Amino acid sequence: MASALELRGITKRFPGVLANDHIDLTVEQGEIHALLGENGAGKTTLMNILYGLYRPDEGEIFINGEKKIIHSPIDAIKGGVGMVHQHFMLVPVFSVTDNVMLGEEYTKYGGVLDRERAAKRIREISDTYKLNIDPNAFIKDLPVGLQQRVEIIKLLFREADILIMDEPTAVLTPQEVDELFKIMHTLISQGKSIIFITHKLGEVLEIADRITVIRGGKVIGTTTPQESDMNDLATMMVGRDVRLEVDKEEQKAGEVVLSVKDLTVLDPRGAVAVDGISFDVRSGEVLGFAGVQGNGQTELVRALTGLLNPIDGEVRLNGEDITHASPRKVTELGTAHIPEDRQKDGLTLSFPISDNLVLNTYYLPPFSRYAWMQQKEIVRNAKELVQKFDVRTPSVFTPASSLSGGNQQKVIVAREFSRPIKLLIASQPTRGLDVGSIEYIHKQLINKRDEGCAILLVSTELDEVMQLSDRIAVIYRGKILAIVDAKTTSKAALGLLMAGITAGSEEGNKSPATPDQVSAG
Amino acid sequence: MTTDTTPTTKKSGFSIFLEELSRSNALVIFLAIITGVILGGVLVAITTAEVYAAFKISFWGGLKEAFVTAWNTYVALFTGAIGNPEKIKEAFASGDPLAIRRAINPFFESLVQTTPLIFAGLAVALGFRVGLFNIGAEGQIFMGAITGVWAGYAIQGLPPIIHIPVALFFGALGGAIWGFVPGFLKAKTGAHEVITTIMMNYIAFRLSDWLLKGPMADPNEYTPKTPWILPSAELPKLFEQPIRFHIGFFVAILMAVLVYLLLFKTTWGFEMRMVGSNPNAARYAGIKITVSTVLAMVLSGALAGLAGANEVLGLNHRLIPAFSSGYGFDSIALALLGKSHPFGVILSSLLFGFLRNGARSMQLAVGVPIDIVSILQALILAFIAAPAIIRTIYRLKAPKHAEDLVSLRSWKG
Amino acid sequence: MNTAIETNGKTVGKGIRNRARNRRIIMGVVFLAAAAFIWLVFSANLAPGAVTKYVMTPGGSTALAPDWVFTTSVYLNIIAGMLTLAGAYQIIRGFGKYTNGVLALVAGLFIFGFLSWATAGGQTNLAGLLRVMVVRSVPLTLGALSGILCERAGVVNIAIEGMMLTAAFVSTVFASLAHNLWVGLLAGVLAGGVMGVIHGVLSIKYKINQIISGTVINIFATGITSYLSSKYIQKTQFQYLNEPGMFPQIQVPLLSRIPFIGPILFSHNMYVFAMIFFVALLTFLLYKTRWGLRLRSVGEHPKAADTLGINVFRTRYMAVILGGMMAGFAGTYFSLGSSGRFDEVMTAGRGFIGLAAMIFGNWNPIGSMGAGMLFGFFDSLSVKASLLQVPLPSEFLGMAPYLATIIVLAGVVGRGQMPAADGEPYEKE
Repeated sequence: MASALELRGITKRFPGVLANDHIDLTVEQGEIHALLGENGAGKTTLMNILYGLYRPDEGEIFINGEKKIIHSPIDAIKGGVGMVHQHFMLVPVFSVTDNVMLGEEYTKYGGVLDRERAAKRIREISDTYKLNIDPNAFIKDLPVGLQQRVEIIKLLFREADILIMDEPTAVLTPQEVDELFKIMHTLISQGKSIIFITHKLGEVLEIADRITVIRGGKVIGTTTPQESDMNDLATMMVGRDVRLEVDKEEQKAGEVVLSVKDLTVLDPRGAVAVDGISFDVRSGEVLGFAGVQGNGQTELVRALTGLLNPIDGEVRLNGEDITHASPRKVTELGTAHIPEDRQKDGLTLSFPISDNLVLNTYYLPPFSRYAWMQQKEIVRNAKELVQKFDVRTPSVFTPASSLSGGNQQKVIVAREFSRPIKLLIASQPTRGLDVGSIEYIHKQLINKRDEGCAILLVSTELDEVMQLSDRIAVIYRGKILAIVDAKTTSKAALGLLMAGITAGSEEGNKSPATPDQVSAG
Repeated sequence: MTTDTTPTTKKSGFSIFLEELSRSNALVIFLAIITGVILGGVLVAITTAEVYAAFKISFWGGLKEAFVTAWNTYVALFTGAIGNPEKIKEAFASGDPLAIRRAINPFFESLVQTTPLIFAGLAVALGFRVGLFNIGAEGQIFMGAITGVWAGYAIQGLPPIIHIPVALFFGALGGAIWGFVPGFLKAKTGAHEVITTIMMNYIAFRLSDWLLKGPMADPNEYTPKTPWILPSAELPKLFEQPIRFHIGFFVAILMAVLVYLLLFKTTWGFEMRMVGSNPNAARYAGIKITVSTVLAMVLSGALAGLAGANEVLGLNHRLIPAFSSGYGFDSIALALLGKSHPFGVILSSLLFGFLRNGARSMQLAVGVPIDIVSILQALILAFIAAPAIIRTIYRLKAPKHAEDLVSLRSWKG
Repeated sequence: MNTAIETNGKTVGKGIRNRARNRRIIMGVVFLAAAAFIWLVFSANLAPGAVTKYVMTPGGSTALAPDWVFTTSVYLNIIAGMLTLAGAYQIIRGFGKYTNGVLALVAGLFIFGFLSWATAGGQTNLAGLLRVMVVRSVPLTLGALSGILCERAGVVNIAIEGMMLTAAFVSTVFASLAHNLWVGLLAGVLAGGVMGVIHGVLSIKYKINQIISGTVINIFATGITSYLSSKYIQKTQFQYLNEPGMFPQIQVPLLSRIPFIGPILFSHNMYVFAMIFFVALLTFLLYKTRWGLRLRSVGEHPKAADTLGINVFRTRYMAVILGGMMAGFAGTYFSLGSSGRFDEVMTAGRGFIGLAAMIFGNWNPIGSMGAGMLFGFFDSLSVKASLLQVPLPSEFLGMAPYLATIIVLAGVVGRGQMPAADGEPYEKE
């Protein structure tokens, strides 16, 4: 019998990136096949190709042994492939029934919705797979875990046989994860096949029948939970334990610059994103935050820089309470912030570079006097910084929008470093940059550290965190699982922590390690 | 693109403006105007009986007649807007001052028509720069007219040098209050300014109805009218009859310069423009978005209020119920055509001020209704807003960067 | 600040709960304030034993109903009592999902109380008032339906005014030429559709800001109708182009004979019945059919709709064109249903008020008709107010709908549920 799904030699190039490099993948009927890899390894690209959102440059797709051309989600649905998107494709104000049948409506009298028949079908599906969904409930009233089941019902309603689940556990609580796993077992017992995309090792070992690991757009290998353990998988996922050395001198950390105690922050939906975090950053050290995206890093940084108001805890900068300080106050006290999304937060793209270089100092002398902008000074400052930080631009009057990503980031770094700062909060400082720019930014960060600045680095690139940091805090579900010494830890150890697995627990999310447990001081 | 080039000190504001114009594709603007004018001419031709008659005789004759009709219309429009050169020559030759004034009157009357457009266009442009869509200039103009006229007749015993600025200030204040409410609601509750300003328009209309009938009515009149403003509050005219040109025009130019300085030379303007271009970055940079939003709506309202005050203090000298300016919607076209730049607004206001005035004489001369101006305005606005249409018609190359006319915050605010 | 937080990442912040509670209490206080107002202002300023007399037969109607006479203070006390109870219940328990309905009821009672007080010692033709209300609500409700069609699919339509004006003109000319009202009606509806096409092309194809696109249409419609009007139909030799006639009054058999109700609801020209029909039809289509489900999904979550094979662009075009046709139908009311001729800018801003009615009615056909009726009532009342012994100028009554819309928008009494993707151009990846 032919495999449920076979991908042969799938290759996808984006400008400058080889996202998928001749990927082969075979999924048998009735198995849960885990696709494991770090962020940016090429998992999502591969699945978007399978779901018809991207077209591959090379390669073929076979479903049940038959070659299929998939150019749109419709083709995928017709081929029996369905996808549970990481961001649910549900209309909050619609009922479950309406959401499920949208596009495949049950009708009577030529166009009148037959909600009863659809609801009956949904109830049947719900019963068959033990999903426990009320077809008449409204999406906005359902918790996230149940919303995800509605997404699954959407696929089953369309009689999908191959279900792609993109990071399905990312948004779930541990209890919800357990229930999802039960559902996944029920699904395969009924003959469905599941592709389970994740980077969480524990979950993979718990649920998968087979595991394919991809890294850098290539398949590293396929294995089974019986043949491998967590250390093997972590190594496969993150690569050999090779350290790319950044020239970094040994440095004694100084005074505590930033002190955070029991900080609790809600995300905009009101859920706890940062859950009682405590840590210190000292002058002359880099504290790196490692962790999978979406574990509270964004909210942590926004709270520290005054962009989000924490609901509990205390933040002190050089002894001064800045828990509820405004962004301007935080900046004025000597904090620099390289934001996660440079185009959204860090730059005003339509403004010229010269203005972007004074984005948060424009109101201070010498750039303004009595509310009067001092254009001469702004331009002089821009020319100086453009040269010093090697920003490649035809002129300082060029709008920031016409710069490359690397040069845009240099503008931000130049701006933030041109002020006297005591603390630097750098969030994803090299995301999406070319190698040259990455090296440059890394060097600048280390220089700042050597000058005695305290640096808080947040990155989902484990390599980057390991190269730059003196100490590494691993953040998982809004908590710090451990703070470890960067010199003595290994990639595999960090990989386990990032997946929520601490020394004392298998699941990891039950008893987080106390901070500074393994601290290097 | 709204490229906010902040100039170096060496360059003058105007050369920078030209630079911005060229970068934002002056050619497209020019072609948009030309295309609008051509389509307007076509409309004139197809609504003229003589053209059909000529077509019945021969195709080419019809085409010629159509062209001549459109041409004559625009000639009438032109002479209506700036005066008939022959008459001007004659008048100067005769040396009769009254004849001269009559001959050059169309030009100055065009400037009179331009003045409120500049104020109102500036109001909308200022809002655009801060990402706000002030569609309620009309109501703010009304309020400015009301408070301006009140200050004009109720405050007594002031010399003109004080009374005029005071009356103008009151006009600005009335508009500012009407702009403050939507600005405040936007900043505090996210209520979208497009709907709230429209609603404020109708509240202003009703309020003025009541004021003119009641508290502000002239007791000597049977119909609802306010009293005449005192001579000390009248904006001085620069020439004798029949030229109505008054100093309001210069006040408008001054305001454009002030708005320019505010937006591009001060930290407040920097903050407002940043809020308009990228509110997230503005927050990151420590700017209080609510303050900039309210301030922008207040200033926008004040400018619109000045448009109303200018009309009552400079021309009508009292307020009558039919005071319906129609500038409210025109001003949106003016601001967009002027690329939301104060000096651009002056140019677009001049264009439509001259068109509007010329169209009045044109209506008398060749019988083409004045409303052709609104049609031109709509066409030009559509072409400016969707440059892709113009690019398609004239096979122009696409620009390097995405063209974004105004960066408005989403409908939901 | 030391809020106890459960630590499983799911806890809803205290702030969010506070917001819901505050809203409940504010609403209750509003109810109590209305009750207090009735007692302190209305009852206190009442001649002892004053009587309110409502005439229940509109002028000229033959469906006679006896007058309604009552002692004003008694009714005011009853109303205020009911409002107090509602307010107290709201503060203590809350009406939950019925809050908006109760709010509407409270508002209605308050207005009735006001009217009764204003009439005390004199008389008001209540039936006439309500009849005019129904008539005035027609263009507002139909305009709102146009807005609903567009905005439910995610396209903001502030061009209702321009679309109506165009249709009013076109219908006048065609009806005059054909000597047939239905030809005029059809032409008007099609003209509205054409304006819809323009709005669609500008905002969907060229992705220009939907508000700017609407403004273009409004300015253009004003210009072109006024131009053609003064060029032709205002001139004596073309007078025949401006004589379309009017749709006749229809007396619905039996129903129109019902006293009070009959003349108010069942004795109108076809527009009133069409309004009710379209409100019912659109409600059915939007909420009960595949067509409506898809339309709404495009306005709520176009990306989700797209992944399920629904053509977002085509759906939006269809919605905007139908919306234009609905506005066109509304526009013909001015010429063929109300005045029997075309006048320049005869729509006089009704399109914008229709937009307000749509928001007030929560993007819902029935709600919008309710809002249209409310606005129509104030319109009708402000005409009559000069006859009432009210120390409040009629213009202030006229302002009430606009103030109410602003209050609704500001979320003071709960925010409406706007389609989530309203006003956002859709870009395919």
